[in-house]
Amino acid sequence: MENIKKLTSKRLFMPIFCLAVMLVAAVIASPDFFKIGVQNGVLYGRIIDVINRGSEVVILAVGMTLVVSASAGTDISVGAVMAVVAAVTCAFTAGGQQSVNEYINNPFLGALLGILVGVLCGCFNGFLVARLKIQPMVATLILFTAGRGIAQLLTNGQITYVRVESFKMLGASIPGVPIPTSIFVTVIMVVLTMVLLKKTAMGLYIESVGINSRAARLVGLKSTMIIFMVYAFSGFCASIAGLINSSRIYSADANNIGLNLELDAILAVALGGNSLAGGKFSLLGSVIGAYTIQTLTTTLYAVSVSSDQIPVYKAIVVVIIVSLQSPEFGKMIRRLKAKSSAQAGKGAA
Amino acid sequence: MKKEGRKLDGNSFLLVITIALFVIMYIIGIVLFKDQGFAKTQNFLNLFISNAGLIVIAVGMTIVMITGGIDISVGSVVAMVCMVLAWTMEMAGWGAIPATIFVLVIGLVFGFVQGWLVAYLKIQPFIVTLAGMFFARGMTAVISKEMISIKNEMFLSWAQCKIYLPFGGYTNKKGMVIKPYIYPSVIIAIVVLIAIFIVLKYTKFGRSIYAIGGNEQSALMMGLNVKRTKLKAYVLEGFLASLGGFLFCLNTCSGFVEQAKGLEMDAIASSVIGGTLLTGGVGNVIGSLFGVLIKGTIEAFITFQGTLSSWWTRITIAAMLCFFIVLQSIFAAAKEKNKK
Repeated sequence: MENIKKLTSKRLFMPIFCLAVMLVAAVIASPDFFKIGVQNGVLYGRIIDVINRGSEVVILAVGMTLVVSASAGTDISVGAVMAVVAAVTCAFTAGGQQSVNEYINNPFLGALLGILVGVLCGCFNGFLVARLKIQPMVATLILFTAGRGIAQLLTNGQITYVRVESFKMLGASIPGVPIPTSIFVTVIMVVLTMVLLKKTAMGLYIESVGINSRAARLVGLKSTMIIFMVYAFSGFCASIAGLINSSRIYSADANNIGLNLELDAILAVALGGNSLAGGKFSLLGSVIGAYTIQTLTTTLYAVSVSSDQIPVYKAIVVVIIVSLQSPEFGKMIRRLKAKSSAQAGKGAA
Repeated sequence: MKKEGRKLDGNSFLLVITIALFVIMYIIGIVLFKDQGFAKTQNFLNLFISNAGLIVIAVGMTIVMITGGIDISVGSVVAMVCMVLAWTMEMAGWGAIPATIFVLVIGLVFGFVQGWLVAYLKIQPFIVTLAGMFFARGMTAVISKEMISIKNEMFLSWAQCKIYLPFGGYTNKKGMVIKPYIYPSVIIAIVVLIAIFIVLKYTKFGRSIYAIGGNEQSALMMGLNVKRTKLKAYVLEGFLASLGGFLFCLNTCSGFVEQAKGLEMDAIASSVIGGTLLTGGVGNVIGSLFGVLIKGTIEAFITFQGTLSSWWTRITIAAMLCFFIVLQSIFAAAKEKNKK
């Protein structure tokens, strides 16, 4: 009994438990879930699909975790920023044409330009939140709605295609390597961020700003600067995710790149056992949460729920998780328990 | 007393800016597009006709924003309402009246659930309504992925019933007098606007909303039932969102998944441009009306201009929202300095 209690009180217990439940559900829904095959020299199978397709959500969740932790708000512009980044990269690489079969401009330069624009978007959000003290969600709502419009303008309202094999490498795989490239990118992003947070005091700073930004300022931390940087970093994460997604479909589809991914990222953070009210965070939890979401998505696809219906289920999951997290809910349960035990006591007397 | 006077000045200053902005934009429109009939009375009335739903929704948004909350689910709720109307009338064979009552009830229930989560479980309004936004949009797709056009006769007669105004007409080349007209939806929108204006200004419920938005802790100390008032505000807002959706549907007469995408942004922007503070406690539905009219004018510009992409409306609105938010935060900072 003691041991069970010890186990369940561990920070990562809930996220891992959720993932396990989700995996069991996935296996029930599609029995061949864990089967891994090789197709065209690349690993293939549902579980690989989850890890591969989950890359964007994981990367977004990394940025989102820090945003939630430091500012107690969420960055809902990430999906739109992904679309902007994809539009910039494709429009530059294709030299403004609608569809090209070879690079007009250097794709690396295009990607770099894309990342730069993405970080700029993050800086814009950060400026509004940190400097002008606007609620994070309202501030990011601006780019959430305008972002796709900007992306449309950059691509002239068309879908810009870059039909070059090497452009697809980021989203698919490099010849000779059996593991999809995006998995490497994800691992690098997660590990780098973790090292950065653990080896420097940055992680501690972010947490302390999130717990009490005024107190953090009084002990000499630049709260404004830290919140600003966190949003810029979220923009950076969104750019990487945007590049991967753009490479997957070798195009910039302003309407569909990163669609509804902001919800996934927020959900991943919440599922990872992080409080949406800010403060302490666990990056690993968010990563586990992200894979849980992706398993949910893949499973829903497997039982033939269409992509525009999936948000219904996810929204319900979000509401349940945040309700369970809410301290008021705990109080309510305790009150109910007290009531019933009081009644039981009365009955015994 | 003196301080209060200054505070009111700051806020009514924002309202004055908004009204002035609208008048200036409209005059610019008249000057630029004089030949295309921008100056006609009908063109002005069209602002109301095409934005009747948005006026109602922006009024609802203003109420929740005064409590210090926000609701980003309204755009999706509108899509869901239109789809439910279309589905019940076309697929299930309901009459127009039961279908309308049904969607209004849906709005009440939606508002109740969101309000309960916000008020009683104290979850951030943004998270709750973000979930609501995805839920409603997803539900729309669950009901039907195809577009459904409404052909119900009674509904169409509501939608096409023109009410001619006795003034502002002009005589055309053939010597016929053309009178300007409005639709019933405009009257509903104006009635809602006036009703909510009175509720906010003169009832206990309305004053409690301002008190809670101003300072929740003091409102609680004063003995106001904060939770119940917040819940009521969200229920009212949910109802207005579905009513707005109904008016919106009268304009489009169809239901489809992508409908009213980004409408929440328009509603929030209208409120903010109209002088509602994001921090709560301050706001006025009249200002929100002008916010909506400004958005309508921008749209009219783009239609009259003809070559610009409709995405420009969204981008301009976003830029304006940004500008007004910055203005608000500058005012807030100035006030803080004065206090010190």
